Amino acid sequence: MTAARDKFGRPIVVVTGMGIVTSLGAGKSDNWAKLVAGESGIRTLTRFPIDGLKTTMAGTVDFVPVDPFTSTGLSERLADLAVEEAISQAGIGTKGDFPGPLFLAVAPVEIEWPQRSELGRAVGTSDITYDDLLRVSGGGKYRSYHHRFSFGSVADFLSAKFGTKGSPISLSTACASGATAIQLGVEAIRRGETDAALCAATEGSVNPEGLVRFSLLSALSTQNDPPQCASKPFSKNRDGFVMAEGSGALVLESYEAALARGATILGVVTGCGELTDSFHRTRSSPDGKPIIGCVRKALADAGMTPDQIDHINAHGTATPENDKMEYLAIAAVFGELAKQIPVSSNKSMVGHTISAAGAVEAVFSLLTLEHQRIPPTINYEVPDPAIQFNVVGNKARDAKVAAVMSNSFGFGGQNASLILTREPA
Amino acid sequence: MTETSASGPMEVWITGIGLATSLGEGLDANWDALNQGRLNVDEKNFAPYVVHPWAPVNLDTQIPKKGDQRQMEAWQRIGTYAAGLALDSAGVKGNKEILGRMDMVIAAGGGERDMSVDTSILNAQAKGNSAPGFLNERLMGDLRPTLFLAQLSNLLAGNIAIVHGVCGTSRTFMGEEVAGVDATRIALARIAAGQSDIALIGGSHNGERKDLMVLYEFGDFLIRDKFASVWNRGEHPGFALGSAGAFIVIESKAHAIARGAKPYARLRAAAADHSHRRQPGEVTATLEKLWSELGGLEGGGAIITGATGAEPITSEERAFLEKHRDFAVRSTGTKFGHTMETQFPLGLALAAMSISRGALFPPADSTGMEIEMTGSPTQIVVIGTGHWRGEGMALVEAIK
Repeated sequence: MTAARDKFGRPIVVVTGMGIVTSLGAGKSDNWAKLVAGESGIRTLTRFPIDGLKTTMAGTVDFVPVDPFTSTGLSERLADLAVEEAISQAGIGTKGDFPGPLFLAVAPVEIEWPQRSELGRAVGTSDITYDDLLRVSGGGKYRSYHHRFSFGSVADFLSAKFGTKGSPISLSTACASGATAIQLGVEAIRRGETDAALCAATEGSVNPEGLVRFSLLSALSTQNDPPQCASKPFSKNRDGFVMAEGSGALVLESYEAALARGATILGVVTGCGELTDSFHRTRSSPDGKPIIGCVRKALADAGMTPDQIDHINAHGTATPENDKMEYLAIAAVFGELAKQIPVSSNKSMVGHTISAAGAVEAVFSLLTLEHQRIPPTINYEVPDPAIQFNVVGNKARDAKVAAVMSNSFGFGGQNASLILTREPA
Repeated sequence: MTETSASGPMEVWITGIGLATSLGEGLDANWDALNQGRLNVDEKNFAPYVVHPWAPVNLDTQIPKKGDQRQMEAWQRIGTYAAGLALDSAGVKGNKEILGRMDMVIAAGGGERDMSVDTSILNAQAKGNSAPGFLNERLMGDLRPTLFLAQLSNLLAGNIAIVHGVCGTSRTFMGEEVAGVDATRIALARIAAGQSDIALIGGSHNGERKDLMVLYEFGDFLIRDKFASVWNRGEHPGFALGSAGAFIVIESKAHAIARGAKPYARLRAAAADHSHRRQPGEVTATLEKLWSELGGLEGGGAIITGATGAEPITSEERAFLEKHRDFAVRSTGTKFGHTMETQFPLGLALAAMSISRGALFPPADSTGMEIEMTGSPTQIVVIGTGHWRGEGMALVEAIK
């Protein structure tokens, strides 16, 4: 069946189900309505005290209860919701029996402060050492914490609940993790290993130490008041990203398998690109070559040229460095088109969902294709003259969109780009 | 990259091995220690817990910039060092053309915490300091700003990219032991399908960490007081953490031949699964299923297992091994301690080394699980069974 293969002879990979949770809400319809209305999900933190912090706001998901609260527990709940929505939309398999592997982007896991403090109280002295903590840790009282704080625990939960096949992969490529999860699914289907893959990404890391870590790297916006105006991608007065939580999930299938079961095709993952930057742990190579190479690899993988891209869903974190480098790299690849193609950053509204961002923004990109409407970049009041993107500023824009490029760049030199299209070529 | 789906799977060779373990650095030091029956076990410094400490190296030889060394914590230094050894062994160190398109799949956990910051906060809390924002203020004031970068799982890969220039693609898999299996099977599948030509896979682990021991102590997984071989921990099941970096370079046969690289062995197959371990016997059955999925097993080979010593899982694995007595068994846990995400790449490295040297290292066990093997192994199955979740296997074989 040649129609189900792309121009390189590989199985075409389509999306048949999507799910999403962000600080804007749960589900595609709620998120999309608020996103195109330009609503912000960024609020002053209430989950824990903000005294002593330079950044006091975030895009937390506070409407999903987790008790006792752990960031990993929240990540699990958010992924659970997004995956449930995606599988339900796809109508694939039977309940608890998803016919393919799980690729899960998830934040690195560690014991968190409430549990560490609990151990400290169990020691009961005020000259506590780690030897003391170890002494009270065993004996089975805290056995559930071993599971909770194992790196594979979220994937274990999801694979059990949704019945994914084989060994679920938990992965981290920092802020590109969500895109990497999708890329792994695409590759598995292209290899013919599976007809379907569940690609999910989740983030629930807004806790004191999580926030402080990014704050100490001067990565976060400190424009706390009003919080909804803090995230300013592409603006001259941008000063950092805003941490956020959320989850995105996609059911990927080979076009052939999706057609055979009469599934509704929501879009196509036409191309994936990835290229590592070896310049610095947190900064991009000043010549932009790794990002340029990543974007070019995505175009080549899709067999497309820059003029075929109708919209760029930017990484657009609103850090001074990222937005500048993203523009320089896109300009190097797209030439004059870089000033014409409408560009937007969802992070202006939902914040930076870190491990989840690549998948959250892939879902928004696919919704953009479905609705033929580009969500705005809010807080775009003072354009940065050095960034000459055609920014979809402040108000959503109707547009003819057949292909979207979605970019993700992360600490550790991680760069990934996806190209999503409406119809199989 | 564009796949070639033309004519069946590509043959994949192991062309580089990098080992920096508790037994030493490099192939010869590890080989000699294994053959001499040497162990490096510390029963004192982490008492009552037992660890296999990293054998010191001259870091400058693989991580020349002191600034780079300072930016890393021990687990990253171990891994970046061992990755450099693997690239040297494959003859690609400094080859910008190859490194610039080399794919990297790393199995990683997380990095070291600042234990003095943790305990000083806990002690202040114990003295009644519970003001709102107390934790924030202490973390803002006391945490070293770049420590985060030494803790992030994907920053081992990031450091390997920076120090050695491996910068095709970079993926970090997590999830304890099976992350090492998944890294192997994905890198192998990509090369076999023509999605990749050459890849660096592996991981590193620092077992000399009380902050990490807390996690395993929650589940009573750590052995105490006295070392015993993995097969001889019946009354005191569990593992002793080990420190190690283990990496291999794998590439398509065609790519290796084109650049004149000599193989250690062929990486024939890798498979993994995830039993939810609700019923006794599930792990035994899962291992049996994976064994049959490997394909092409001829008998009379060897098994190098990363069995942890945790129960009942190691007994379930033992039940599987009992059914395959024609394969001589060796445990890496006995020799190197449990290196978690690194245990499977470590097993692959030892399998490739044994095949290329035409001998299996001697047994280290008095229970009869490990027996002498006289001939040259032509097939070695590497097994990784997670202490909590995850089962995997790979088949390494001689190139005849």
